[in-house]
Amino acid sequence: MGFGDTSYDVAHVLGGAMLLISFVLLYQRRIFSLVNALALQGMVLALAALWQGYVQGAPQLYLTALIAFTAKGVLIPIYLRRLVLQLPPARRAEPASGIGASMIAGFLLVGLSILVVLPATAGARVLAREDLAIALSLVLLGLLMMVTRRTALAQIAGLMTLENGLVLAAIGVAGMPLMIELSTAGLVLVIAVIAGVFVRVLHERFDSLDTSLLDPHRGEGP
Amino acid sequence: MGGFLTQLLHVALMLAAAPLLVGVVRWLKSRLLGRRGAHPMQPWRDLLKLLRKRPVLADGASLISRAAPYLALGATLLAAALVPSFAFGMALAPMADLLLIGGLLALARVALALNGHDAGTPFGGLGAAREMTFAVFAEPALLVCVMVFAVLIGSTNLNAIGHGLADGQMGWRVSLLFALVALTAVALAENARVPVDNPATHLELTMVHEAMLLEASGRHLALWEMQAALKLLVWLGLLAALFLPFGTAAPGSGPFAWVLGLLLWVAKIGLLALALAVFESAIAKMRVLRVPEFLGAALMLALLAAALIFVSTGLA
Repeated sequence: MGFGDTSYDVAHVLGGAMLLISFVLLYQRRIFSLVNALALQGMVLALAALWQGYVQGAPQLYLTALIAFTAKGVLIPIYLRRLVLQLPPARRAEPASGIGASMIAGFLLVGLSILVVLPATAGARVLAREDLAIALSLVLLGLLMMVTRRTALAQIAGLMTLENGLVLAAIGVAGMPLMIELSTAGLVLVIAVIAGVFVRVLHERFDSLDTSLLDPHRGEGP
Repeated sequence: MGGFLTQLLHVALMLAAAPLLVGVVRWLKSRLLGRRGAHPMQPWRDLLKLLRKRPVLADGASLISRAAPYLALGATLLAAALVPSFAFGMALAPMADLLLIGGLLALARVALALNGHDAGTPFGGLGAAREMTFAVFAEPALLVCVMVFAVLIGSTNLNAIGHGLADGQMGWRVSLLFALVALTAVALAENARVPVDNPATHLELTMVHEAMLLEASGRHLALWEMQAALKLLVWLGLLAALFLPFGTAAPGSGPFAWVLGLLLWVAKIGLLALALAVFESAIAKMRVLRVPEFLGAALMLALLAAALIFVSTGLA
C-alpha cells in the first residue's frame, strides 16, 4: 500500500476528515452546531469502518459501522438536540473564552501525538504511522475539549470525540480482535455520561431526582 | 509561439470574465434569496459607465490616490496572468510561482490600504487598519499552504504543481484537505466575502474593503472594482488549479485541447461561484473581532497540513 493506492487513500482522507471535524468542534461555540458536527463525525467514522471492512474483508467491521452510524450519527445527536432545546436560548452558546488558545493547544497536541507515535512505531510503514498519529490526536483533542469547555454538553462532545478516536485506531488495524465489543463498550460509556447529564439537568430543574416529577409535564399523573 | 498566443488569450479571458464572475455571483445570490437579481452583465455596464466619468479627488489627496489604483490593478492583472486557466505552458509560465502571486496580491493590498489612508477620512483609515490586521493571519496561512505544495511536489511553480497533481501519483492526502480548508478561508478573507466582510453593504461599522474605497470615484473607482473582480477570479482560479487539477491543456497542444480546457475551466469556476453564493446566503457575517480567530484557525490548519506532510513524506 502506498500513496496513489485507493484503498489506503480513502481511509487516510476519512481519518483526516475526522480530525478536521475535531477542530471544528474545538472552534465552535454554539451547542447546536456542536451536535451537528458530532453527528457528522459519527457518520464519517461509520464510513471509515465500512471502508476498512470492505478493504480488509472483515464483515464484523460492517457491524461496527452500523453501530457507529445508528448510535453516533443519528440517535445520540437527536437526543442531545432535545436536551439542548430544553435549555434557554442564552445558554445554547458557550461563554466566549479562549477559542484561540485552545486551537493552539489543539495544534500542539497533534504535534505531540506525531512526536509520540513516530518513535513508538519505528519500523512500521510510514502511512500506518500517520494514521495512528491522527487517531491519537483525536483522543487528545477530545480530552482537551473535556478540560477546556464548561458546559456539560460540550464535555460530552469531547468524550465522544475521544471514543471516536479509539474506534478509528482500532478499525485501522487489520485483524483486531473484539472490535465490536470495543465499540459497544465505548458507546455504553458515552451513554452513561449522557444519562448522568440528564440526571443533572433534572436535578437543577426540580431539586430532586424523582422522575415522577416529570409526569405532569407529559400530561400523566396528577 | 503557442505559449505566447495562449498567454494573450488567457489575459483577454481574465479581463472579460472577471466582472462577469462578480455579476454571476451576485445574480446567483439574488436567486437564492428569492429575488430576481440584476443581469450578470451589470458589473460590466457599471464599469463602462464609471470609466467615462472624471475622478473627483478629495482636497487632501496626494499622488498616492492617483497612482494607487493603477498599481493595484497592474499587480493583480499580473497575478491573474500567471494563474493558468485553460492551458499550461503559457509564455509567463516559468514565472507562475505561488510566492510571486502571493507577493503581487500583497502589493495590491498595500496600494489599497494606502489609498484608504490617503484622503485622511477616518473610515478609510479604519478599513485599512482592519485589512492589515486580517492580512497578518491570512498571508502566513497562504505561505504555509505554499510550503505544503512545495514539500509534496518539489516546486512552487503552479504549472509543476498542476502537472504533479493531475498525474494522480499523489493520491488524496490529508494535508491537501487541510490546505483546502485553510486556503478557502484565506480566499474568503482576501476577497472581503461574507464571514469576514459583506460585499453588498455600505454600513460603515462593519465594512472593510468598501471603507477604503469611499473616496474613490469615476475612473479610479472603475479600476478598483475591476481590481476586486480580478482578485476574486485569481483566487477562484487558484483554488481550481490546485484542487481541481484536471482537463487543463498540456503545453504545446492544439486549439481543440484549449477549447476543452476552457469549457472545463468555465465549469470549475462556475461550480466555485455557485458554492460561494450558497455559502454566503447560508451564513452570517461574523463580528470584526472574531475574524482574527477565524483566520488564526485557518493558519493553524495550514500548519497542521505542513506538519502532517512532513510525517507522511518521511522527513520528520
